[in-house]
Amino acid sequence: MNRLHSPNIEINSISLNYEGRFLFDKLSFRLAGGRFTCLLGPSGVGKSSLLQLVAGILSLGARQGNIQSEEGLSLAGRVAYMGQTDLLLPWLSVLDNVLLGERLRWGRRHARIETKEKALHYLERVGLIQHIKKKPAVLSQGMRQRVALARTLFEDKAIVLMDEPFSALDLVRKLELQALAVEVLKQRTVFWVTHDPLEALRIADVIMVLAGRPAKIIYQAEPEGLVPRELRDQAYWALEAELLEVLYRAGDPLAC
Amino acid sequence: MLKRGFISILSLILLWQSLLWIFHWPAYILPSPWQVAMVWYQYWPILLKQSIPTLTETVLAFALAAVLGSASALVLAYFHWARAWFFPWLMLSQALPTFALAPLLVLWLGYGESSKIAIAIIMMFFPITSSFYDGLKQTPPGFLALAKSMNAKQRYILWFIRVPAALPSLASGLRVAAVLAPMGAVVGEWVGSSRGLGYLMLNANARMQIDWMFAALMAITVWTLLLYAAVDLSLKKLLPWAEDSVK
Repeated sequence: MNRLHSPNIEINSISLNYEGRFLFDKLSFRLAGGRFTCLLGPSGVGKSSLLQLVAGILSLGARQGNIQSEEGLSLAGRVAYMGQTDLLLPWLSVLDNVLLGERLRWGRRHARIETKEKALHYLERVGLIQHIKKKPAVLSQGMRQRVALARTLFEDKAIVLMDEPFSALDLVRKLELQALAVEVLKQRTVFWVTHDPLEALRIADVIMVLAGRPAKIIYQAEPEGLVPRELRDQAYWALEAELLEVLYRAGDPLAC
Repeated sequence: MLKRGFISILSLILLWQSLLWIFHWPAYILPSPWQVAMVWYQYWPILLKQSIPTLTETVLAFALAAVLGSASALVLAYFHWARAWFFPWLMLSQALPTFALAPLLVLWLGYGESSKIAIAIIMMFFPITSSFYDGLKQTPPGFLALAKSMNAKQRYILWFIRVPAALPSLASGLRVAAVLAPMGAVVGEWVGSSRGLGYLMLNANARMQIDWMFAALMAITVWTLLLYAAVDLSLKKLLPWAEDSVK
């Protein structure tokens, strides 16, 4: 993965006004290149909107400011996105779902051999090589998220944006997939939205908390230790207490 | 399913017969089930022979309406200007009473099959177009956001996401159309024709052969149900992911 240049991302004084209310007002921060940044915050504070702004797929609201890589370039074409739901197309097989980007960019119904091999490689990494011909409907929730992860990897982008990707999974599946995601997304610039402080503690190089209205980054930490951190790790529990305290104080965004 | 169908039909026949027992209507008002069955028994080759033109018109019209309706829904969904210009016309075509239009179409297109096909197409065009178009408008926004993040081209989004996602909607339009199709053909035959089940009914009516009317009516009903079943079954085969969530 070293061939990927995973840039720092500068979020420069962005404002987002939705139906007369500012979700963000001149919000600025930086995402460290090649590292995992987890964004926490109360629900409704605008975490997903922020992520979608970075992904360039937010369709609502009036906006200002810019989001670009450190070289001052737009992020367009360098971003892979994975949403809260797996967004698998029910009429396509697992393999074709992974190859979706290829169809949508080039209109190819049948991928070239080397492209297909790339897709198979990622399906192998997420442990689904036995299931490539199945339709999403017959897969379990966890397997579907693995397909979505493989599809995200197949896009092979230096910047990966994850919107609560594993929130629908049970705890064991979730821990499994977090470890997998950390492994396969290593050295990419990952911006990961979650409502689960434990998830952030397990996988993040940088943790940020977004709160208030308009929302600001009210807390930032760089936990120590190698990711994925083990649950028995001492540092893990100390930081958890601190983080929960911050989130508790951030409270209900509507009250601000 | 079969059992329920059998019981329903049997009770309908019983109800029909008891009405006759109670009111003693003459056969030229309401023939008995037995009389109608006798027409079927004695003259089924004629009924079958007259079914062929009606069925040909029906199937041809259904196929053409499916193609035309889908194509116009695609045009409406893809081109903004088409929506503004053509949607009012589409509404107008539906507001025009087909039954009133039928004599004109027979006048213009003649006594042959084409006028019947045209009438049936006009009846089916709107339900097919509007249900497919609705489906095309209602692509899950998550799919579109994902496609956008993949730098997708608009025409490929339409072809690989919006169209397949709208196929279940098109399917419900086609199911409605399958029921309307024979009706369109028969309406055309009523207005003017030299063969077909509608022609048979017209003749029987003029001669007060009400048992024949009923026999023809039943033939139309059976064909309609069979057409619906065939369409329904093939749509289920073609779109396995669109299975009903309510079993």
